[in-house]
Amino acid sequence: MIVLETLYVATPALTAQAPILAIVIPLLGACAAAMAPSARAAWMISVAAAVFGAWMALAVAGEAMREGVLVYVLGGFDPPMGIALRIDAMGALMGLLIGSVGTLAAVFSGHSLVAEVRPEKHTLFQAGFLLCQAGLTGLVFTGDAFNAFVFLEVSSIGTYALVAVGERRDRRALPAAFNYLIMGTVGATFYVIGVGFLYAATGTLNMVDMAARLATLDQSMAVQAGFAFILAGLGVKAAMFPLHGWLPGAYAGGPSLISVLLAATATKAAIYLMVRFMFEVFPQGAAFGEAFLTWVLAPLAATGAIVCSLQAVFARELRRMIAFSSVAQVGFIFLGVSLANADGLSASLFYMVAHGLMKATMFMALGALALSIGARRLDDFAGVAREAPWTAVAFAIGAASLVGTPLTMGFLAKWGLIEAAIASGKVWIAVVIAAGSVLTVIYVGRMIEAMFFRPPLPGAPRAKEAPIGVLAPLLVLAGLSIWFGFDASLIEQLSQAGAARLFEVRP
Amino acid sequence: MSWIASHFNYVVVVILMMAGLFIVFSSGNLIKRMIGLAMFQTSTGLFYITLSKVSGGTAAITLKADSETGRALAAPLDPAYVEQFGVDGVVYSNPLPHVLILTAIVVGVATLAVGLAIAVRIREAYGTVEADEINALSRVTAEQAEPSP
Repeated sequence: MIVLETLYVATPALTAQAPILAIVIPLLGACAAAMAPSARAAWMISVAAAVFGAWMALAVAGEAMREGVLVYVLGGFDPPMGIALRIDAMGALMGLLIGSVGTLAAVFSGHSLVAEVRPEKHTLFQAGFLLCQAGLTGLVFTGDAFNAFVFLEVSSIGTYALVAVGERRDRRALPAAFNYLIMGTVGATFYVIGVGFLYAATGTLNMVDMAARLATLDQSMAVQAGFAFILAGLGVKAAMFPLHGWLPGAYAGGPSLISVLLAATATKAAIYLMVRFMFEVFPQGAAFGEAFLTWVLAPLAATGAIVCSLQAVFARELRRMIAFSSVAQVGFIFLGVSLANADGLSASLFYMVAHGLMKATMFMALGALALSIGARRLDDFAGVAREAPWTAVAFAIGAASLVGTPLTMGFLAKWGLIEAAIASGKVWIAVVIAAGSVLTVIYVGRMIEAMFFRPPLPGAPRAKEAPIGVLAPLLVLAGLSIWFGFDASLIEQLSQAGAARLFEVRP
Repeated sequence: MSWIASHFNYVVVVILMMAGLFIVFSSGNLIKRMIGLAMFQTSTGLFYITLSKVSGGTAAITLKADSETGRALAAPLDPAYVEQFGVDGVVYSNPLPHVLILTAIVVGVATLAVGLAIAVRIREAYGTVEADEINALSRVTAEQAEPSP
């Protein structure tokens, strides 16, 4: 049992400003990294800013657990007039995920960029990475609907550029980034239109204030249209089936680091915002909301979970395989959300963290292998376990967690989801999750078989074990999946508190 | 007809929005797609401004007279308004959506810049900005990576 409040040490003055520092320091770091004289200096700035951001996220999480909801008023204008950052347990959990994965990714980027990004772009790459960190942290901390849009776009613009620089390894990264930019911007604009409808109906942008005024407005057409626009727009960013068209290309083409970020944090932050709108801003139990969850979200999520798992089974490129698997896993998360109760949401939040950690591990392992072999096809990875055992073991741990092997975090996550589905009387959801897991076993089995049990192809480039700077963050990530498989109290504490709070506000 | 007259701005917003979206998804030229995207984003600007416009409202600058000089703080006042409502009775348009859209425009410009920059890099790497040709060339790359069995 880990007590969150004891995990961080910071002076009270620093703790009081932690929410804004977690956003501003990476943002300033991005400016500094862009102007840094060398790639090494930019990397050090990046690591320092990411570590500081993670530390502040930890402080925020501790405070949020102590106070229930942490409200940080910006500029001295009280909400609802002014903009406020508002962090509850759910936001704190996402902040921790973003901070910790971001820190490990920053450390990892030191060596991994060498193989994947042109040398003259390294400083700008670090700037884009920190921009993305700042935007994502802001997105999960803010309590203002329009502010969320700005942070969403700050992080997205960072990710578009970061996907595009993957062109050194594979020029298909460029059209993929362009496609992602088009889809992402259309999604974000849909979100803005939706917020416009809500603003027209309520006259406020503060999410809490909006929720209070929407409670009696659930029959309004403007509100319902706003709901549809917001969820469709965020669905694109979250790669909800069938709006995930941008994702496989972006994951497969971009540098490993951006795949880590997109898979572990960027899509998860969009899901978080969707959950916030579905259960906190819009009145719970309203007919259109219920209809959306039952007839749109759940069927789409189930279809996505099965169809994309099948696509992963038949994919030939390893990164594309993992990308399709991500869309399928997003389906699992939305299945839990569609249960519309505290158990389902808490299981989904837990699954989000588990999936973030395991996918980050797998993409980071591929990044470590990319240092020595520039392989794409699954067959090219044959026998790498002999040459790079540590990397392969870390990959296998991530993969085992993806399948849901006992003693990993993925097992607890799947177990929680199935339990919540059965407790809610929706056995078909449990069946879909089980079926999806069987498909997961098939494609993960193909990966593991190739890496561990097949001899290397004759004449293929030999893999080498990655340097310690790459291996260390990778093993820490893999270790986290195992650690939380034994003692998940920290994550459970936050996800349960977050879900319980959302469903107690308006029972 | 009177409905269209009273909702004229919204009609224009919807037309612009749909035209922009149509260009984004139907055009094969990357530059045209960016133009469509810009139109789509701009239409939301018009939507927000239309929401905030109060018929006959003026800019949200305080018009109260300065107590010492007796002059209105914001210049120049429309004399017709002062005559009709007095300085205290002036109707303002809602300034908040204007500010929001100012922010959204900045975001839109940034996105457009990144998008065009990527289009330039695509032209360098593929020698074309037509989506069909890029797809065909990408397929060649994919087949090199995955020889058909």
